[in-house]
Amino acid sequence: MSLALSDIQRIARLARIRIADQEAAALHDQLNEVFRLIGEMQAVDTSGVAPMAHAAELAQRLRADQATEPNQREKFQAIAPAVEAGLYLVPRVID
Amino acid sequence: MIDATVKTLSAGLSAGKLSAVELAEEFLRRIDAHNGRINAFITVDRDLTLAEARRADDLRAAGKAGPLTGIPIAQKDIFCADGWLTTCGSKMLSNFVAPYDATVIAKFKQAGAVNLGKTNMDEFAMGSSNETSFYGSVKNPWNDQMVPGGSSGGSAAAVAARLAPAATGTDTGGSIRQPAALCGITGIKPTYGICSRYGMIAFASSLDQAGPMAKTAEDCALLLNTMAGFDPRDSTSLERPSEDYARDLDRPLSGLRIGLPREFFAAGLEQEVAAAILAAVEELKKLGATTVEVTLANAKLAIPVYYVLAPAEASSNLARFDGVRYGYRAPEYTDLDDMYCKTRAQGFGAEVKRRILIGTYVLSAGYYDAYYLQAQKIRRLIADDFAQAFKVCDVIAGPTAPNTAFKLGAKTDDPVQMYLNDLYTIPANLAGLPGMSLPCGFDRRGLPIGLQLVGDYFAEARMLNVAHQYQLATDWHMRKPTL
Repeated sequence: MSLALSDIQRIARLARIRIADQEAAALHDQLNEVFRLIGEMQAVDTSGVAPMAHAAELAQRLRADQATEPNQREKFQAIAPAVEAGLYLVPRVID
Repeated sequence: MIDATVKTLSAGLSAGKLSAVELAEEFLRRIDAHNGRINAFITVDRDLTLAEARRADDLRAAGKAGPLTGIPIAQKDIFCADGWLTTCGSKMLSNFVAPYDATVIAKFKQAGAVNLGKTNMDEFAMGSSNETSFYGSVKNPWNDQMVPGGSSGGSAAAVAARLAPAATGTDTGGSIRQPAALCGITGIKPTYGICSRYGMIAFASSLDQAGPMAKTAEDCALLLNTMAGFDPRDSTSLERPSEDYARDLDRPLSGLRIGLPREFFAAGLEQEVAAAILAAVEELKKLGATTVEVTLANAKLAIPVYYVLAPAEASSNLARFDGVRYGYRAPEYTDLDDMYCKTRAQGFGAEVKRRILIGTYVLSAGYYDAYYLQAQKIRRLIADDFAQAFKVCDVIAGPTAPNTAFKLGAKTDDPVQMYLNDLYTIPANLAGLPGMSLPCGFDRRGLPIGLQLVGDYFAEARMLNVAHQYQLATDWHMRKPTL
């Protein structure tokens, strides 16, 4: 199965990465090479095989419902691109 | 001093023959002299390093020193270290001064080890040559026309060039073992879940694992003793009693059963690499080991499986880089969506974008069963092959990489060729098994060759034993490049 050029812009949109049209053409070739490699999987009969989601098949641990981390808002906001009055600034989303 | 092992330096510090500050100064001088050419470090901070060295000397004066107190360790720039620029090799984090310590960093700090600086790496650990770093390629110290391997290429080059006595790495598909092989050093990726991933910037969370890189297996054991251990802050950290990874170093190899997977010696393996690996196996036999052929029939599918699973996990993990809370933000944008799209277009390099797009595609509606689910099922088949093999052997031996170091730029335009470099290392990540690489020879161009050992779950001490006994009988690991 191969990707259409239009797929590149569609997945770039889903991934929130702007891709210029000439860049999309080069990516289209490269990704199709990768998908040819990935396609080798399709010949394998895996009926009845349980998927392995994780190397260590663990149950999620639970912990007591207690705050364990101190408030470090100032420290964390000091490295943010834009903050004001303790809030992260982003472009207006509601007019 | 620069050629000494961590073990020897530790003894020197204990005996009062040298101080942590003297040791740090010596390696900082080496870095000043050679990093311009090798580019193994992204960040060197003399003041921070010397402050940690003084603290180590104080700990010793107070009688609180351990084996790593005062040992300078180069840290891969994927580990958050409080107050240190932590870039992960990316423009996206080019201004990110970590506000906290990764657990691995905190453990070293607690042990009194000294952070010598942050090493160069492929961007977000995605690469096998260190050429995807935003901070420029690392040069292989054995030949500066060649790649050092990746993604922990800066760490491997730093140890090989004697810019650091030891370093940390992370390994998602071979990122400790392959650069260790290409730079002629020793490195181990432990069983998944042994070292905490807290504060280690995530690439593919079900595969990522930290480990030590050093000149010898014995040094790796010393470092792993500090790095390993349960961490409640990592939901996949294993709750096991702590162990001494150096406990079996001196065990004789008589009775050791080495499995040789026929698939690891098939077409695609450079002849000189094959010859060196077989010679190393002969050496292990002289030390008392026996060999048995094993089959990893599905190992050839490891690369296709990996290039579904790892990008899928990466596309999800890297969604956090949106220019809002930390890191790079595009200077100009029209609205929130435009800010995300431009920030990510400008902040990520080409390989990272390719992998995010692959991951986004395989997880998008309608493709899940064909890609992600199929890959997870084959992952099980690969893990089952190993389980069968370990019924008849104690450790698997083979090449770490199909070739020695290749020329800078040789594979940058051909992602698939680059991906094939990890053919022999990826299977252990998929299964979650420990794997290591140790030097076992050179090709006729003078480039190092790495022997890979893969063990059963939690067999690190046994693997380090095998590697240490081999290193007692050979001197490949003590060879060093002329800078």
